[in-house]
Amino acid sequence: MPEQQKTIEIEVLRYNPETDQVPYAQVFAVPFTDDMSVLQGVQYIKDYLDGSLSFRWSCRMAICGSCGMMINGEPSLSCQTFLRDYYPERVRVEALAHFPIERDLVINMEGFIEKLESIQPYIIPKEARTLAQGEYLQTPAQLNAYEQFSSCINCLLCYAACPQFGLNKDFVGPAALTLLHRYNMDSRDGGQAERMQLVNAEEGVFNCTAVGYCSEVCPKHVDPANAVNLNKTNSAMDYFLRFLAPKGGTK
Amino acid sequence: MEIFKADVVIVGGGGAGLRAAIAVAESDPALRIALVSKVYPMRSHTVAAEGGAAGVKLPSDSLDYHFSDTVGGGDWLCEQDVVEYFVARCSAELTQLEHWGCPWSRTADGQVNVRAFGGMKIERTWFAADKTGFHMLHTLFQTSIKYPSIKRFDEHFCVDLVVEEGRAQGVVTIEIASGEFTLIEAGSVIIATGGAGRVFRENTNGGVVTGDGMALAYRHGVPLRDMEFVQYHPTCMPGTGLLFTEACRGEGGFLVNKDGYRYLQDYGLGPAEPTPRNKAMELGPRDRLSQAFWYEQQKGRTIEGPHGSVVYLDLRHLGEAKLRERLPQIYELAEQYLGVDPAKAPIPVRPAVHYTMGGILVDGLCSSPLPGLYAAGECSSVGIHGANRLGSNSLSELLVFGKVAGEEAARFAKSVAPGNTASLHKQAQAVEQRVLGLKTKTGGSERIATLRKEMAQTMEDGCGIYRLAETMQKTCDKLDELKARFRNVNVEDKSSVWNTEWLLAIELEYQLDVAQSMAHSALQRRESRGAHQRLDGFEQRDDANFLKHSQAHYVADGPPRIDYGPVKITKSPPGTRAYGAAGEKAERERKASHA
Repeated sequence: MPEQQKTIEIEVLRYNPETDQVPYAQVFAVPFTDDMSVLQGVQYIKDYLDGSLSFRWSCRMAICGSCGMMINGEPSLSCQTFLRDYYPERVRVEALAHFPIERDLVINMEGFIEKLESIQPYIIPKEARTLAQGEYLQTPAQLNAYEQFSSCINCLLCYAACPQFGLNKDFVGPAALTLLHRYNMDSRDGGQAERMQLVNAEEGVFNCTAVGYCSEVCPKHVDPANAVNLNKTNSAMDYFLRFLAPKGGTK
Repeated sequence: MEIFKADVVIVGGGGAGLRAAIAVAESDPALRIALVSKVYPMRSHTVAAEGGAAGVKLPSDSLDYHFSDTVGGGDWLCEQDVVEYFVARCSAELTQLEHWGCPWSRTADGQVNVRAFGGMKIERTWFAADKTGFHMLHTLFQTSIKYPSIKRFDEHFCVDLVVEEGRAQGVVTIEIASGEFTLIEAGSVIIATGGAGRVFRENTNGGVVTGDGMALAYRHGVPLRDMEFVQYHPTCMPGTGLLFTEACRGEGGFLVNKDGYRYLQDYGLGPAEPTPRNKAMELGPRDRLSQAFWYEQQKGRTIEGPHGSVVYLDLRHLGEAKLRERLPQIYELAEQYLGVDPAKAPIPVRPAVHYTMGGILVDGLCSSPLPGLYAAGECSSVGIHGANRLGSNSLSELLVFGKVAGEEAARFAKSVAPGNTASLHKQAQAVEQRVLGLKTKTGGSERIATLRKEMAQTMEDGCGIYRLAETMQKTCDKLDELKARFRNVNVEDKSSVWNTEWLLAIELEYQLDVAQSMAHSALQRRESRGAHQRLDGFEQRDDANFLKHSQAHYVADGPPRIDYGPVKITKSPPGTRAYGAAGEKAERERKASHA
């Protein structure tokens, strides 16, 4: 490789529940080139310096959502964060904030999966349609109403950024509420009334204090803060209309 | 060891596995389904597919055209009856996904839009911007949550199949978070573990694409078919191999060499026209485009970069607005990873390994020769890709054959009596001891990463875009050496919780077996066809001797045994594969001769 090889220090938060009482920091010197991501740095450690380091990764191109970490304290996808942006300083990587650590950089994300399952993240058809009838028509404008919110890769950076989730683990949280909103906004869907119960509930949208850091860290520009806050309006509307209609005011 | 009793167990939670799970659930809600995946399903590599999924949509298109493109694109090594079945079901399956919420891109009047793709005569690629695989996978995963009979085993790593009385009766898994083993008993088993592209050095694949299911079936005596056919995608990021979708060219992008010349016109793909013409130039098939790159490199007409020779993918003339709408992910990849604004500068690209055309031998109903064992998706060889897959056929394949596998496995599971738990358990315990042995043994000196890198390098050296007997033989020898050295592998990490080093060792062993099947199948195919191109006296296709499928059979402690099976030809006798103006001329002549 013609590029001059440099060495950067990577400080990794280590934790093995079988041997460690508490997490601790360990520093590795990693040779790198300017095109190397933080993920590639961490992979280098595993391949050549310490095979016991554990972390999740797969696609390397910011679409599978596996490799979220705190990088110098900011929730980031390690595959699209580059070592060159930290050099010559040391870069610090830790497991995503606000989640229990299973080991090293691996968090327990079961809680998120349960929330995702709870929001009915599938089309509840407004009108049934057979395959023989072909596709539902959906104009580009109708697609546009939810497309952005469908781009969530479940990387959980927004939860690591959310101070309210930090305080209350039951808060449904940015990504799951965004996906809920994604289905509510889909012209093919008629399930909003069912989903609004969760939006209105104690662990629903009103936990959000509109800090907006979730949208800042989102690697896919999904803007969960916007989705959550649109639902505050919807929820308030639902509350008032509930006095007029038996199943709430939605659709 | 935990024991879970299922009716159908599915290994792999990507597109094919999820589609299969839903098919089982819909065919009979009383069936218990175990869906095993070593990652959370939405992390599966289907997520990275970009360009789209093929299905006849326009009035000007026909099933016959899709059939002909696929069979010709596969250099006639396709099972034509299976292709016919496939093309007839693509659009219904894509519509099903539409009903489940997939955000397909639309025309102004609200219909699903289609785009042009390589080797396809008519626009028939359904797309969701340039994140089609991502949207399909999340739609399938989220829809699967509707079905209470699907019990997911997320982040469970499959270490073996259990086979008794001559049929597959379950799997043994490790829960990654705890290191605990589980025996999942089942009346039938579906493998949907994806491809094996990570056995090569420069590839587009995610870290999970390690051929696990292929190796498991293979070790249990199921042949791997057509493994020599490995697709190089022509437009990938130098160094990392990350993919720039073929849709870049479907939308009108150009490929140019160091002189700014659209070099594909020199390789039988011309004439060069300013707008894309289907089955010509940049919309030729992937094998031909990757081969043309190789020749440009030989001629010194490529550009030298820090990660080897490159050509340019030029999208500038499409303009920023169209790029942001149709290719938003590509835009960001170029900007963030390469520092290139594709509206202002061309993107440096080179070919990288992308797709495994071959796989677990199955018939048109996804049934393998081992009763009770089914396979679907990239891990399988159902016969639609032949010697070269056309872009956008594989996403449709996941749906069409995922569903078939689910329905067939459900039917089979209902037809068999429950297994003998005691003896299956005994087998599973033996598996556990063997797999634990890899971790607990001491004194090994070989680093996993070193062996893996040497494997990936030798595969690239011997089984790249062009192949020679001498280098393929070297690769076969090197793989023997690596398998011997693997016995001396060192797993430093002895812990139970999230021991990924141990799992990497198991994956490496899978990869070595799959790599061997590829290299030996390649060495023994003494002709050139599709993605298998030789330069050592076998430059031509040889239908007399090699219009047949290779089948690699596992041999413990030795190289695989290769034999051959027939190719099903129904209505398209092998012809000349021609693209561009030559292709159009050939088609006119074919039509005239039928008239």
